[in-house]
Amino acid sequence: MRQRALLTLAASGALIGAGMLVFGPLAHGQIGDFSRQERGRELVAAGDCVACHTAPDGQPFAGNRPIGTPFGTIYSANITPDAETGIGAWNEEQFYRAMHEGVASDGRRLYPAFPYPWFTKATRGDVDDIRAYLRTLEPVRSAQRPNEFTWPLNHRIAMAGWNRLFFTPGEFKPDKNQSADWNRGAYLVEGLGHCGACHTPKDVFGADKTSQRYQGSEIQNWFAPNLTGDKRTGLGTWSDQDIVAFLKAGHNNRTTAYGPMAEVVKDSTSKMSDADLKAIAIYLKSLPAAPAEEPSAAQGTAMSAGKSIYGDQCSACHQLGGDGVKNMFPSLKGSAAVQSRQPLSVVRLILNGGHPASGPAIPNALSMPSFGWKLSDDQVAAVATYIRNAWGNQAEPVSAGDVKALRDSVQAVNSAY
Amino acid sequence: MAQRLPGVDVLLVGFGWTGAIMAQELTAAGHDVLAIERGSWRETSTDFAPSFIQDELRYRYHGHLFEQTAQETLTFRNTPDQTALPMRRLGSFLPGTGVGGSILHWNGQAFRFLPYDFEIRRQTAARYGEAMIPPDMTLQDWGVTYDELEPHYTRWEELCGISGQTGNLKGQKQAGGNPFEGPRSKPYPTPPMKQTYGPMLFGEAAASLKLHPFPCPSGNMSQAYTNPLGVSMAPCTYCGFCEKFGCGNYSKASAQTTILPVLMQRKNFTLRTECEVTRINLDGSGAHATGVTYVDAHGNEFEQPAELVIVCAYILHNVHLLMASGIGTRYDPATGQGTLGKNYCYQLTPSVDVFFDDKLLNPFVGAGALGMIVDDWNGDNFDHAGLGFIHGGYIGGYMTTGRPIETELLPEGTPKWGAKWKQAFVKNYLTSMSLSLMGSVMPNKANYLDLDPTYRDVYGRPLMRMTYDFKQNELKLQDFAMGKMVDIANAMKPREIKKSPRGPHYDIAPYQSTHNTGGAIMGVNRRESVVNRYLQHWDVPNLFVVGASAFPHNSGYNPTGTVSALALWAATAIRDQYLKHPGPLVQS
Repeated sequence: MRQRALLTLAASGALIGAGMLVFGPLAHGQIGDFSRQERGRELVAAGDCVACHTAPDGQPFAGNRPIGTPFGTIYSANITPDAETGIGAWNEEQFYRAMHEGVASDGRRLYPAFPYPWFTKATRGDVDDIRAYLRTLEPVRSAQRPNEFTWPLNHRIAMAGWNRLFFTPGEFKPDKNQSADWNRGAYLVEGLGHCGACHTPKDVFGADKTSQRYQGSEIQNWFAPNLTGDKRTGLGTWSDQDIVAFLKAGHNNRTTAYGPMAEVVKDSTSKMSDADLKAIAIYLKSLPAAPAEEPSAAQGTAMSAGKSIYGDQCSACHQLGGDGVKNMFPSLKGSAAVQSRQPLSVVRLILNGGHPASGPAIPNALSMPSFGWKLSDDQVAAVATYIRNAWGNQAEPVSAGDVKALRDSVQAVNSAY
Repeated sequence: MAQRLPGVDVLLVGFGWTGAIMAQELTAAGHDVLAIERGSWRETSTDFAPSFIQDELRYRYHGHLFEQTAQETLTFRNTPDQTALPMRRLGSFLPGTGVGGSILHWNGQAFRFLPYDFEIRRQTAARYGEAMIPPDMTLQDWGVTYDELEPHYTRWEELCGISGQTGNLKGQKQAGGNPFEGPRSKPYPTPPMKQTYGPMLFGEAAASLKLHPFPCPSGNMSQAYTNPLGVSMAPCTYCGFCEKFGCGNYSKASAQTTILPVLMQRKNFTLRTECEVTRINLDGSGAHATGVTYVDAHGNEFEQPAELVIVCAYILHNVHLLMASGIGTRYDPATGQGTLGKNYCYQLTPSVDVFFDDKLLNPFVGAGALGMIVDDWNGDNFDHAGLGFIHGGYIGGYMTTGRPIETELLPEGTPKWGAKWKQAFVKNYLTSMSLSLMGSVMPNKANYLDLDPTYRDVYGRPLMRMTYDFKQNELKLQDFAMGKMVDIANAMKPREIKKSPRGPHYDIAPYQSTHNTGGAIMGVNRRESVVNRYLQHWDVPNLFVVGASAFPHNSGYNPTGTVSALALWAATAIRDQYLKHPGPLVQS
């Protein structure tokens, strides 16, 4: 579990200083552009731009959200149409180049935490529409904080080499043998949705391990689950409707979005059309299962201790049989997240609790309470092992050392901000 | 000098249960609403998580969710010739504070009052003659009927997912329900809870005596439920930590579990917590409220103007705020003049404990509203001729809790401490239960609320003074009901029983129920009541006073259902009548 899949070079500090010396026209959109702006609004939601480009308690899209990466902390850019500190002075060509090639208006290379390796798939028309929408935002004057990167990554020229090795610009090419829905789903998932940024494991350079696409990955001390057709740890037993409901509301009859995915639902997928969500579901359901892994058997003592702890601490909500309560408490029985290759998310939720997405569809914010203050590392390990192996579940046991490492790591991150 | 703030359309004083209902109804209709709450924000996952809520010491004995007497309290005496003294530790009743108010820590016993209750004076006189009503009993009709409230009871039950067995559906009696209840337009939203052994024994004994037992209607969910606002509740786990606790499982109806998830997302709703309203302000005419004055947690004073003020605090604070603001005429027991503070009532709760040798009742499996009820001696469900009292109460065989500190049913003659006490505790914990009366209390001219001449609160306002004692109606009812409870208890074939009557004088120290009522009562004319049938103040039409403070008497049931139905009834009148044409809704 300590084997870290290295993050993508999370978040773009990238658009730093872009356009500082260029003074463009006033930012607000022109009358008559409404349909373009509206399409752009939907695409901006699909790209979840607001999540990274908004600081805690900051103005939407004004940037400066600190994003921790294995290589240092970087701050997102202001993408409101402020001429000096935002992208108000960028023309269409410059904006497209940033999205398509990862190059800012002044020629600087962006860090791939700004997901241009995915956004490059977006069509020119869509990118122009995105820009049209962003130009309708209220300009916010907010200068970007300098990134806190270690050598050699503080030199943007390093990205030229990275791009040569790992990045191929190019718009999405539809597969004529697939349906229109499948192609729409692929366009969204592979492009603006940039699902692989979290759900595909990364190599030491922060690049996708292409042989393991969508098989789940560690990110910021969470585990983004396997999205392939694996029946135990992936979406193999999910219906299209399960996926649509999950992306729409953050809850379905099986599970609840937590951690970073709760934000994705709140800011992005809950704002997408049902047709697009259905297309995403069709594409995801077509991803082949990874080769099955055979987890080692959980030991008897951990299982019996875990069962007792589960009965005392967990069963009131998740029920003794692990079935949960529909639309309220996630089912643990048969849960892909519970049985995932790495138990990061399971252990983290037990330690710290978690806040799910809430919205009009399911208004309750049914947060998971924290148990880190009352359960020892051994106890957390036992109950995590139990839920990963009870009721027909099957997954690697969790050790007290795994729990301690995550506890320390999450505390370190929490205390850094 | 208070800082004057920008005005608002609708201002709610207090954000407990009735405040949440009002805010939900009025914001849904598009009105801008501001609520001012003296306590703090609270929500299930952070404030009552199941990982720590079952802490009897913190919640029951240190009163974590209750009003703190250092902030606000009252003085008490039994009769007007005594000197009242301040309560420095609350006992008999435990008002809540903070978002969600007192419903946060209710048991969940979810009754409707009887049709008789709302026309009690007219029906009593019609059946028994005026002479049945003693001269010191200030009995009056409510100005609203059961039939008018019925749709609001139904809406409340649907909002809260109340679990129960219907007894009367549109006039048709239904097997297994309460045959005495008023007709319902719809069945309960969810089926009754599963009874445990103790309540089942009670039900069998009651049936053997030809009574009509039925399961207590419950705000603890018998199954998962999603209410009409789209808010979901989970099945009750029967942990028995309901009354005096918040529910960590989203299983007990409260503001937090039924309304707030939707309300708090509305842009036209604003909540200001840790701000205590100290006064309602009137203009020079005295007939129009201009807003309120409140003090925030730092002691800063603000004037908040408002077009409409709705007082939604706990009943004692509703009445106190009107008195402290000089609105209305305070009741004088010597002359019978004035209305504010009149008809303060409470609840009469004697009990009979039963002890078995051979039956394990497992009281740790419990829920606040888990029990069987008989209504045969409630309201006017039986002939009172010659009994010397009116009304009555239900008798319940509950298994609300087996909480280890509070649950202490011990036979007559058990020492209060030491080895023999321990032995008796161990012997009886699993094999005992209690039958109780939820007895009505009739208004009496010597039971009332006013202001204390000596003691003041932290804001310098005189404390509320409560003058209250059990009167002949209660004591005769208790004698009668005790006999009935003993009959049922004996029919359960226990080893022994123990009678625990209340009185003869009311004792404010031991916990009985947080069922205070009256003081700002509703009625048909301004001579007898503070508010009209829509809970609108007779003297100040842009002021409404919502809550059990409006009850002209207290019935033989827990009050929450009727508090809720009245709040929905008033909210409907405000939304559909008052806000369209501001002014008095009833001409006096």
